[in-house]
Amino acid sequence: MTTSTEPATKPPGRPRRAKVRPGDRNFSWATRAAGVLILIVLAGVAAFLVREAIPAFRADPAEIDGGEGFFAYVWPLVFGTLVAAFIALIIATPLALGIALFISHYAPRRMAQGLGYVVDLLAAIPSVVYGLWGIQWLAPNVRGTWEWLADNLGFIPLFAGPASATGRTMMTAGVVLAVMILPIITAIAREVFLQTPTLHQEAALALGATRWEMIRMAVLPFGRPGLISGVMLGLGRALGETMAVAMVLSTGGFTWSMVSSGNNTIAAEIALDFPESAGIETNTLIAAGLVLFVITLAVNMLARWIVARREAFSGAN
Amino acid sequence: MNFSIVRRRLAPVAVAGAAALVLSACGSDPETDATSDTAGGDGGGETDDSGDGSESSLSGSLSGAGASSQESAVQAWIAGFQQQNPDVTVNYAPEGSGAGREQFTSGAVPFAGSDAALDEKEMAAAEDACGAPAVNLPLYIDPIALPYNLPGVDNLNLSPEVIAGIFNEQITNWNDPAIAQDNPDATLPDMPITPVHRSDESGTTENFVDYLSQAAPDAWPHEVSGDWPTDLSGEAAAQTPGVIQAVDAAEGTIGYASAAAVGDRTTVAVGVGEEFVEYSAEAAAAVVANSPQAEGRAEHDLAIDLARDTTESGNYPIVLISYTIVCTAYSDEQTGNLVTEYVSYVASDEGQQAAAEAAGSAPISDEMQTDVQSALDSIEIG
Repeated sequence: MTTSTEPATKPPGRPRRAKVRPGDRNFSWATRAAGVLILIVLAGVAAFLVREAIPAFRADPAEIDGGEGFFAYVWPLVFGTLVAAFIALIIATPLALGIALFISHYAPRRMAQGLGYVVDLLAAIPSVVYGLWGIQWLAPNVRGTWEWLADNLGFIPLFAGPASATGRTMMTAGVVLAVMILPIITAIAREVFLQTPTLHQEAALALGATRWEMIRMAVLPFGRPGLISGVMLGLGRALGETMAVAMVLSTGGFTWSMVSSGNNTIAAEIALDFPESAGIETNTLIAAGLVLFVITLAVNMLARWIVARREAFSGAN
Repeated sequence: MNFSIVRRRLAPVAVAGAAALVLSACGSDPETDATSDTAGGDGGGETDDSGDGSESSLSGSLSGAGASSQESAVQAWIAGFQQQNPDVTVNYAPEGSGAGREQFTSGAVPFAGSDAALDEKEMAAAEDACGAPAVNLPLYIDPIALPYNLPGVDNLNLSPEVIAGIFNEQITNWNDPAIAQDNPDATLPDMPITPVHRSDESGTTENFVDYLSQAAPDAWPHEVSGDWPTDLSGEAAAQTPGVIQAVDAAEGTIGYASAAAVGDRTTVAVGVGEEFVEYSAEAAAAVVANSPQAEGRAEHDLAIDLARDTTESGNYPIVLISYTIVCTAYSDEQTGNLVTEYVSYVASDEGQQAAAEAAGSAPISDEMQTDVQSALDSIEIG
């Protein structure tokens, strides 16, 4: 490492071809190794999941939980996983956008810094604590709201009654997840908004735009791909979150209703059933894990595709 | 320009980050279990040639695996046993009953804990691994109580049919005539019943459901399994504390949980024959003592057919028993001595009392203690 700082101490302006120093070479190899390592780990995990999952795909349908084969077993879990994550995103995205814009463009500098720290701190809370908070504080307090929804909007299948007596429903789990993914989305959105070129912003203001119009014309188009990346990161966490959902949600079979107990997510199902599982049951759970792996991979590829597609229209260039 | 830098920087981060989250999410829990590796009873020190009687002569290490239901009792047993024998190390990996039986029948561990006795196939595999038949010893009795949250009702009598009706969601209101019939003196409110069950797979669920299907077969049509039937809605909660929490959280709830965790909450007196029995350690031990040995078992195998449908007075039929499974022959002298000494401590008054304090279990009856001791005496060592 000491050798790599050497070039900086040399007087500038010598048009000589730079020597490859051991530090440069070593560092280059080290980074390359790190890059390759993550791919190997990922491939290793995928290979493990596939190997352990195969018995579940091949097994006699009657042996799988529910007795109707793996796909009948896993689709309600996939549904629950996607719905919980979707509810979380619907709540967290506008909130994160607002917080990020407030920090980057509205709040006084000192306050913005403090607020940024506080939001980042939310990410450091263990999910078990979120789970406890969800069970003991949130669920009893939102129970009335879900009951109201079931009473007044019960004709919509999503709010069909009877509402859960303890309030531990898919909606509650979604709210807990929303709080959990808020810091990720906010942090990324904030950093991206802060990087909006000052010239763009000043140009918009010089043309007579109000601050809101400036944000709409200069900041948001510039930050959109970054915001989408942040949302997708948050989605990744929401899809894979285990403990909080396992603790908060009153799990059960598939139901459209989001305010009664029922439904389950893949990660929570694995966490709840793995400790007492054996034989084909373990394979089934690992196969469910593989499905989650594939879903997350698909979500991320979709995110990259969206970001790439929007590039041309972003207005930033 | 600037923008593409941002994109390039963020997109891989997004992919890698999300992947890492998923990996850690599905990897962490199982892995911590898997790393608590269990080697068989490999001796750490030399065995003294006389392995009988004098406890201080024991040394070495012993590893078992199995049911997580008896984990806190096992911790107490290990602590007590190691206190008596300072040179001995006992490990127990609470990986689940299935995993414990699997490791035992493959010879990986010299003893296992399991909520179910070995079945015929497993007995055959165990005989291969041990070189002699294995025996199932019911050393952990955990009464399952039914806590309920119903203000103004301090005593609740429920017959097996009514309990099954409630958990099968056929009886849905507390003022149902079927409940009133068992409780002529109570003022039952007009309130919907919210049954609470375990969301994770558990031996408690399996034993409770087994009770329902044996004591009230007409009212409980579902299969016996550690997973709650998915076609019932009800409230679900993770682990025993979750069930207790859910019962506390809402009025009109009723659940089932290990009696140790129930504390001084109001619990159901369960219908047995003509009377209603509150759970107690004695009543739970009584039903185990009065249950016949399971069919087709060898002389010292204490696997029992729990008499869930007992009508005998003073028996509390909703219990979870967790077996300690051992071989009747150990080729390794040290392992054999360690297993017999450890299990005989577990079956002793002292061991059972330690478990009762640590885990709230019901101490086994004197009769059962004698049976266990004669099973242990039949073990051939060396």
